[in-house]
Amino acid sequence: MSAGGHATAGSGAGSATAAGGGNGAARKPVHALPSVTVRFAGDSGDGMQLAGTQFTDTSALVGNDISTLPDFPAEIRAPAGTLAGVSGYQIHFSSTDIYTPGDEVDALVAMNPAALRTNVKAVREGGIVIVNEDAFTAKDLQKAGYASNPIEDGSLKNYRLIKVPINKMNAAATKETGLGAKDTDRCKNMFALGLVYWLYGRPLEPSLEYIRQKFSKKPQVAQANSLALKAGHAFGETTELFNEQYQVPKARLAPGKYRKITGNEALAIGMVAASRLAGKQLVYCSYPITPASDILHQLSAMKNFDVVTFQAEDEIAAVGAAIGASFAGALGVTGTSGPGLALKAEAVGLAVMTELPLVVVNVQRGGPSTGLPTKTEQADLLQALYGRNGECPCAVIAAASPADCFNGMIEAFTVATKYMTPVIFLSDGYIANGAEPWLVPDVNKLPKIQINHPTAPNGDTGEDGKAEFLPYKRDENLVRPWAVPGTPGLEHRIGGLEKQDVTGDVNYEPNNHEHMVRTRAAKVAGIQPAGQDLLWTGPEKGDVLIVGWGSTYGAIKAATLELRKQGVQVSSCHVRYLNPLPQRLGSLMKEFDHVLVPELNLGQFRTLIRNRFLVDAKGLNKIKGQPFTINEIVRGVRALLDGHTDDLEVNVPTDDAGLDVNADNTPGGG
Amino acid sequence: MSVIPTAPLNVLKPGDYGSDQDVRWCPGCGDYSILAQMKKVCAKLGMDRANTVFVSGIGCSSRFPYYMNTYGFHSIHGRAPTFATGLKLARPDLNVWIVTGDGDGLSIGGNHLMHVIRRNVDVKILLFNNRIYGLTKGQYSPTSEQGKKTKSTPMGSPDAPVRPISIAIAAEATFAARAIDVDVKHLEYVLERAAKHKGTAFVEIYQNCNIFNDGAFNYATDKATKTDTTLYLEHGKPLVFGKDGDKGVRLHGLTPEVVDTKTVKHDDLLIHDEKAPDPSLAFLLSRMRYPDFPEPLGVFRAVEQDTYARLVRRQNDDATAKLGRGDLQQLVTGEETWTVI
Repeated sequence: MSAGGHATAGSGAGSATAAGGGNGAARKPVHALPSVTVRFAGDSGDGMQLAGTQFTDTSALVGNDISTLPDFPAEIRAPAGTLAGVSGYQIHFSSTDIYTPGDEVDALVAMNPAALRTNVKAVREGGIVIVNEDAFTAKDLQKAGYASNPIEDGSLKNYRLIKVPINKMNAAATKETGLGAKDTDRCKNMFALGLVYWLYGRPLEPSLEYIRQKFSKKPQVAQANSLALKAGHAFGETTELFNEQYQVPKARLAPGKYRKITGNEALAIGMVAASRLAGKQLVYCSYPITPASDILHQLSAMKNFDVVTFQAEDEIAAVGAAIGASFAGALGVTGTSGPGLALKAEAVGLAVMTELPLVVVNVQRGGPSTGLPTKTEQADLLQALYGRNGECPCAVIAAASPADCFNGMIEAFTVATKYMTPVIFLSDGYIANGAEPWLVPDVNKLPKIQINHPTAPNGDTGEDGKAEFLPYKRDENLVRPWAVPGTPGLEHRIGGLEKQDVTGDVNYEPNNHEHMVRTRAAKVAGIQPAGQDLLWTGPEKGDVLIVGWGSTYGAIKAATLELRKQGVQVSSCHVRYLNPLPQRLGSLMKEFDHVLVPELNLGQFRTLIRNRFLVDAKGLNKIKGQPFTINEIVRGVRALLDGHTDDLEVNVPTDDAGLDVNADNTPGGG
Repeated sequence: MSVIPTAPLNVLKPGDYGSDQDVRWCPGCGDYSILAQMKKVCAKLGMDRANTVFVSGIGCSSRFPYYMNTYGFHSIHGRAPTFATGLKLARPDLNVWIVTGDGDGLSIGGNHLMHVIRRNVDVKILLFNNRIYGLTKGQYSPTSEQGKKTKSTPMGSPDAPVRPISIAIAAEATFAARAIDVDVKHLEYVLERAAKHKGTAFVEIYQNCNIFNDGAFNYATDKATKTDTTLYLEHGKPLVFGKDGDKGVRLHGLTPEVVDTKTVKHDDLLIHDEKAPDPSLAFLLSRMRYPDFPEPLGVFRAVEQDTYARLVRRQNDDATAKLGRGDLQQLVTGEETWTVI
């Protein structure tokens, strides 16, 4: 094997050109495919997340549409080689518009038996399964629960099994660096990445550049990783195991400049953009929690944007500090996940009562309680809407996709400041860590956020000749003025006790309380959306309307297009504003015979729209910590049309093709 | 140099700092005295009403902001330090006071109290300690003595009490002091010292709840006993108390002991040093409790350290100096892009 020789013979740039142009690979036939789904799976210490993100970055740079699904265990390092420790990263890259990370996997890289066992089920029949055969030792097979070796016993006959001695070849390729076995072994992911790069004709240069920068202070490590990457690529080129190569041409996206973006990145950047558009300082207060912590990490590196970040002592302190910052006239925002939102509930109620602007980001994860910290779910909708004491309405907006978080943040701050209200912004684990291409906006064309702080009293002049400031005197939208400390003449007190309208004085009178409860409700009910409140696909009349919210957008849209191709009269409606709901939603639903609400929960949004619009909506409900596949929704619509429903749900099994550590029906499983 | 934003032009009197709201504490409550001394200190220091914010939690003491004609925020139970921290992060120039009690600050809000103090957020914390829950009508609090019979402890409280100043010093307080509601001159002095401190100033105020725990501090306020049960701390002076200063405190190893000043020289007594960088002696003073020791009043500790908002803002300044003011278009565009034609 001359992997080392190959790697040292040419420069990185040379290799990249050869691979990217397809010239160097001309020995084997190249097949064009419209779209491909690849999944990298290995032990959580195997660097699969890095391999996945590198493959994503490169695919984005060559112009594919992309959608990704990272999937990792809650344990930082579960025991090596066990099912619980498997970490995966799925990338769907395409020459056409795509909306999901792919239903079925075309090519799986499994670094050990546990990764194979938990992932092979997701691979389509005839799909490629690349295994690191060096890791299929008796001990590792036992840890994964295999009674016999699946790569020897014929149980993978429905796949194109490619056995690669990755440990040995990686060791040989990196030997010349002089690093110890422990260090060189950590380059295995780059070998695997290089091999998959070759298989799909991707250039090496972006990853080589990444390695150079990442390990600029550790030249030996940089060299080892580069050698492994190039060796993997060279292996694909020379081995007899592959007889063809694939190409996925550029996607025909709308013209313009694109970048790759994850949901958490878009949230952080969106917050900064909102603060610039408002001409206000951003104060982000948070307590570390999966999967929201990355927002804090990102913003804490943006201090030259007048961003103040505060890692609070707990979730309550985080929301308290955000409200304090809002009272002071800044843009106060706190980010969390479900359990944290529960802890913040009382303080959100205070912001409702004091009518201060506040943005609360909830990156939902599997619940209840600690639940599934690293998995996705949509089960906090009713918590966001109702999870507080008293009549306590907030605006609720949900992102449809990773990139949608950017506009969503600008909208959330616009609504919060225009209506002096908390806005709960819902993302989820799938959006947070998933990536997609994003047409980079011209920041000069983004809408400004208009904020007026009063500087003079708004009340009548009293006997003493001084005008009074009335902190609860409302404008035409029922909004009170945002007077900030430091403004002479507007000194006033706010708090959690019920207050008299107009004056803001503490008041316990029955009629005043009812008036205030109704006023706060009417104010929130009257909120005008600051962006698109719903996104529509298909005609406004038909047999089935699929209604969704949050991260199911992509799968529902793709399923709608697929079903329409099959002749089904189906449309879909994606709701971005969950409170207040778009009023026309009721009449839109009436134009369809059936309404289907796919959700990653037991039917929270379905409950909401049944209640609000008296419509007999059925749910398609999946609670597996995994997003919907397109097929599941297609099957759900067909089941609905075939009458396979009970009172509330369509009766159709959902897939379990995601990373499922309890899988017991994998091929060859013992 | 004063750190307190001062009001320009016309001189304000104590009454000018009161709001138009009727004060609704029970007649005879110790809170009235604290409110009065606070207004006096505001007037004396010429505090700018517009730049001053009183933040509170829940409880009798937490009604305080409603009675001050400044900005005010009556928040939720135990969380006042969190709102105050956010206020200071957004507006480090504001003069922020937290008013809390033994239940609000040490029970439900104990966690936040520790963190606001250790961060040295530039806020003044007044903890009204009446050793009882007043607003909920008489349950024992974290400072109630063990064995205390209350509505919720008819057989006596099994809980050991905490000592507020010990907690503050353990949390690295840069300023910790104690005063009594009825010793108005001394209370005024302590409030003034707190107002002038840069950083977290923690003040425990012994406050009588004449409804649910009347006389909790009689030992320290009764004319007949107070000279023997309290000790006024003065920086650089020996610890002396009792009628005509007949008693003093000296260290025996690591243990304080009460001695007769007629037989023990002043030089051998413990000399109070509020500026000592090491908080050990201040902590030792916080452990001195009636009836074994006189309870110290005054400033236990007053040292200077960088304040939180300043440290945070310095990072913003440093980042901007190094990288320039952030370019939004550059941030939105990111490092890697591709163009579709």
